[in-house]
Amino acid sequence: MSTPDTAIIRIENPQVEVENLNLYYGSSQALKDLTFGIPGQQVTALIGPSGCGKSTLIRCINRMNDLVDGLRIEGAITINGENINDPGLDVIELRRKVGMVFQKWNPFPKSIYENIVYGLRIAGIQDKAVLDEAAEKCLKRAALWDEVKDRLHQSAMGLSGGQMQRLCIARAIAVSPEIILMDEPCSALDPRSTGRIEDLIRELRGEYTIIIVTHNMQQAARISDYTAYMYLGELIEYGPTQRLFTMPEKKETEDYITGRFG
Amino acid sequence: MANNIQTEIEKLKKQIVYLGAAVQENMQNSVKALWGKNPDLARKVIATDKDEIDRMEISVEEECLRLLALHQPVAGDLRFIVTVLKIDNDLERIGDLAAKIADKVILLHDIDPVHFAADGMQIPEMFNAMFAKTIWMFQNTMEAFVNEDTDLAYKVCLEDDEVDRAKGAIRTEMEEIIMRDPAQQVYLAKLISVARSMERIADHCTNICEDIIYMAQGKIVRHHIMR
Repeated sequence: MSTPDTAIIRIENPQVEVENLNLYYGSSQALKDLTFGIPGQQVTALIGPSGCGKSTLIRCINRMNDLVDGLRIEGAITINGENINDPGLDVIELRRKVGMVFQKWNPFPKSIYENIVYGLRIAGIQDKAVLDEAAEKCLKRAALWDEVKDRLHQSAMGLSGGQMQRLCIARAIAVSPEIILMDEPCSALDPRSTGRIEDLIRELRGEYTIIIVTHNMQQAARISDYTAYMYLGELIEYGPTQRLFTMPEKKETEDYITGRFG
Repeated sequence: MANNIQTEIEKLKKQIVYLGAAVQENMQNSVKALWGKNPDLARKVIATDKDEIDRMEISVEEECLRLLALHQPVAGDLRFIVTVLKIDNDLERIGDLAAKIADKVILLHDIDPVHFAADGMQIPEMFNAMFAKTIWMFQNTMEAFVNEDTDLAYKVCLEDDEVDRAKGAIRTEMEEIIMRDPAQQVYLAKLISVARSMERIADHCTNICEDIIYMAQGKIVRHHIMR
């Protein structure tokens, strides 16, 4: 066990629990002995300079790193008490439970409607009424319905960037995940579209556990309940967002968030 | 942009220290005008308050708002700017109180001053002691701010009671004089207002020190400081 550290808050009954996690790309270590818990139905932001391991860490949570050559993981990540690196675990089922939204929106080159129901079709649902209802519900949930309801069967590629990103969020929630991972979901969007995504994240909070990687510190401050600051693969500080942005415990955190880094 | 916020913060710090120096000089001049029976100096105090101190207060506030809007500071930077915004307000109020004392000096000049010493009274000494304490509080408040010295800030807060007591003693003394010689009431009523202004100055110093503690430690101690 790592030594107790007041700069890293202990979460009671975490949904995701990371324990002594070490990750190596070949001989270089990308994550160093991370131990912390992520609360359910809240927004947790991961911040830190490029290369600090934020994206690597969230990719561990739905095992997106599995396909990387030479990658080695030690330690454990459990979701609802279940070790996700267990060899017997159904990875497809894990990824249904843990959805992901990427920096660059990636809708399928299909209609708006087909994008949403794709996951459900794969899961074997064919009933049109069920699919229609799911499409409407998810698009409404993603605050996109009013903008696309008259062109559901047109290509998703004709939407604006912000709309495509909301479509990707709608697609992620269509399969009823418990956790949604977001890797810089707004970094390629204008402030207005960013605002809409942030509103959406706030709305989804309470229903889904959201873990978001962001380089935009103000964004982390605005939307998250908890913030983790990482540096060179280590977790430096983790706590309630308000505390971290007004009175960080570690000087490294203060230096980074106030721009004195480097 | 992120990096030059440090330079901006240093500039802001200088600005508020200049404001503090101007306020202190005005306080000292107002008391000098009182005992020197110098209405011209009192008028100068009032003019400085209006022309310089009020203008400096606005410019510090504008600077704080600019930094908040453009840099969206967090952590220590945020606490510093918010504290400066509040101190700015307290300093301006202290400036007003010095001007108020100066105002009384002008009014007192028009009334035939009474010779306290002839009656064996302690009023001037008591005033000087109270003023010395108040100015000590002010100087140390500014020093605590510059050095982020929370120990000193706590010390200043504890001194406030002394000033309150000094004012109480002056008041009692004056009431006794008025009982013996009611004719002095008009004069002494102006003088008690001076004591009240000094006491208010000490209160503002306490407010500033509480904000300094927040700035340095992130703890809001207002209404909680052990007195």
